[in-house]
Amino acid sequence: MGDQPHRRRFLECMGWAGTGLLWTAGGGVVSSITLDTAQAAASRGIQPFSFLQVSDSHIGFAKDPNPDARATFREAVAKIRALPVKPAFILHTGDITQLSKDQEFDDADQILKEAGLTVFHVPGEHDMLDEGNGAAFLARYGKDALGDGWYSFDHSGVHFVALVNVKALKAGGMGSLGAAQLTWLQNDLAGRSASTPIVVFTHIPLWTVYADWGWGTDDAAQAMTLLKRFGSVTVLNGHIHQVLQKVEGNVAFHTARSTAFPQPAPGQGPAPGPLKVPAGDLHAALGVRTVSLIRGGEPLAVVDSSLAA
Amino acid sequence: MFTVLIRRTSVMVAATVVTVIVGAAAPAPNVVTIGNFTFAAPVVTVPVGTTVTWVNGDDVPHTVVATDKSFRSKVLDTDERFSFTFTRAGTYDYFCSIHPHMTGKVVVKAS
Repeated sequence: MGDQPHRRRFLECMGWAGTGLLWTAGGGVVSSITLDTAQAAASRGIQPFSFLQVSDSHIGFAKDPNPDARATFREAVAKIRALPVKPAFILHTGDITQLSKDQEFDDADQILKEAGLTVFHVPGEHDMLDEGNGAAFLARYGKDALGDGWYSFDHSGVHFVALVNVKALKAGGMGSLGAAQLTWLQNDLAGRSASTPIVVFTHIPLWTVYADWGWGTDDAAQAMTLLKRFGSVTVLNGHIHQVLQKVEGNVAFHTARSTAFPQPAPGQGPAPGPLKVPAGDLHAALGVRTVSLIRGGEPLAVVDSSLAA
Repeated sequence: MFTVLIRRTSVMVAATVVTVIVGAAAPAPNVVTIGNFTFAAPVVTVPVGTTVTWVNGDDVPHTVVATDKSFRSKVLDTDERFSFTFTRAGTYDYFCSIHPHMTGKVVVKAS
C-alpha cells in the first residue's frame, strides 16, 4: 500500500547488522537490505545503485566479548566480496580503530582494501586519539575534505554529506558539529533542489538516543533545520553498536551495528561499555535485523534473525 | 592468661583508634578510579602540591582533560594511569574528551 501513492516515502531497511548494511537507492528512496539477499533487491526493482555501510570496526579491540576485532572485520569484508551485485562504494561511519594507532589504521585499510571498493570515511571519537587529536585520521582520509574532515559528493543523483561530530567535544556535552561545519553545510545544501535525495553520514547519532550516555549531537537540530526542506533525507551513523531507527518528517535516522562488539540498549545497565556476550553468541549478537519502515504513521516492523541461524 | 587477653584487647582497640585518626587527618584521596564511564570520586579536594592520579579501571579507553587545558592525559587504555601535580590553588574542572558526559573536578586549596 505504501508502494503506490507514497512510493517516495517508502523506506525499507533490512540491516544485516553484524557485518554491514547494504543500502540501495532508487527513485529517491534509500533502503538497506541484507547482504545475503542483495540479489533479491533486483526483483523489487530498487537497484539503480547500491552502497554499503560498515561501522565501528574498532581495529585493535581485543577484549570481552571479542578477542579479535580484526577477524570479525575480515568476515565482514569477505561477505562484501561475495556479494552477487557489486555495491558502488562503502561508507565507514567511524571508530575505524580502537586507539588511533598507526598499526590499527594500517590493518583496517588493508582489510577494507580486500573489498575492492572505494571507501568514504568519517571519524569516530576513537579515531581522534593520536597526539594530534585527529591529525592522523585527516592525513590518511581527509585529503579531499574540509575543516575537521567534512565533505560531500554526488552519486547517481543522490547527494552524500559526510559530517564530523567527534571533534573538540565539550565537557558535559555530547557530539558536536560546530559553527564552521554548520556554515559549510548551509552553503553545501544551498541551491540544491528539494527533490534531491540526501544521505548524511556521521559517527554519533544526529538525534538524541540517550543523553546520559552522550548518545546524541548537541547542535544536530541546526543541521536538521537545514535539511528540513528536502523530500528524502537519510541519516546514517554508528557509535552505539546497535540498529535503531527514527523518522522525523522526511528524515529517517538509522544507527548501524559494529563489526566488533555489541553495546547495551540505551540505559540498560550502568554504562555503555561493550556488552559481554558468551563467545559462542558473538555472531548471534551481531546478527541479522530486518526492519521494514513505512513512513506515514504505520508502525515499525522489526524482525531479528541470528547470523548463526 | 587473663592479663594477656586484656592486653590483646587493648592493642586491638588502640589499632582501631589509630586507623580512624589516620583516615581523618590524611589528605583527601588523590587517586581517582575510572569505572563504568564515571570518575569514581567526581570531586577531589587536595592541598597545593598534591599529585592526583587517575587510573582507568574500565574496559574502554578514556582521557582526563582539564577544561582550561591546564592538563591533558594521553588516551588511557585499561589499567593505564595519568598523574598531575597541582602547584596552584584553584578549581580544576576536567572531563573525558572521548566521552564528554564524564566530568569531574579537583579543588586545590592553598596550604
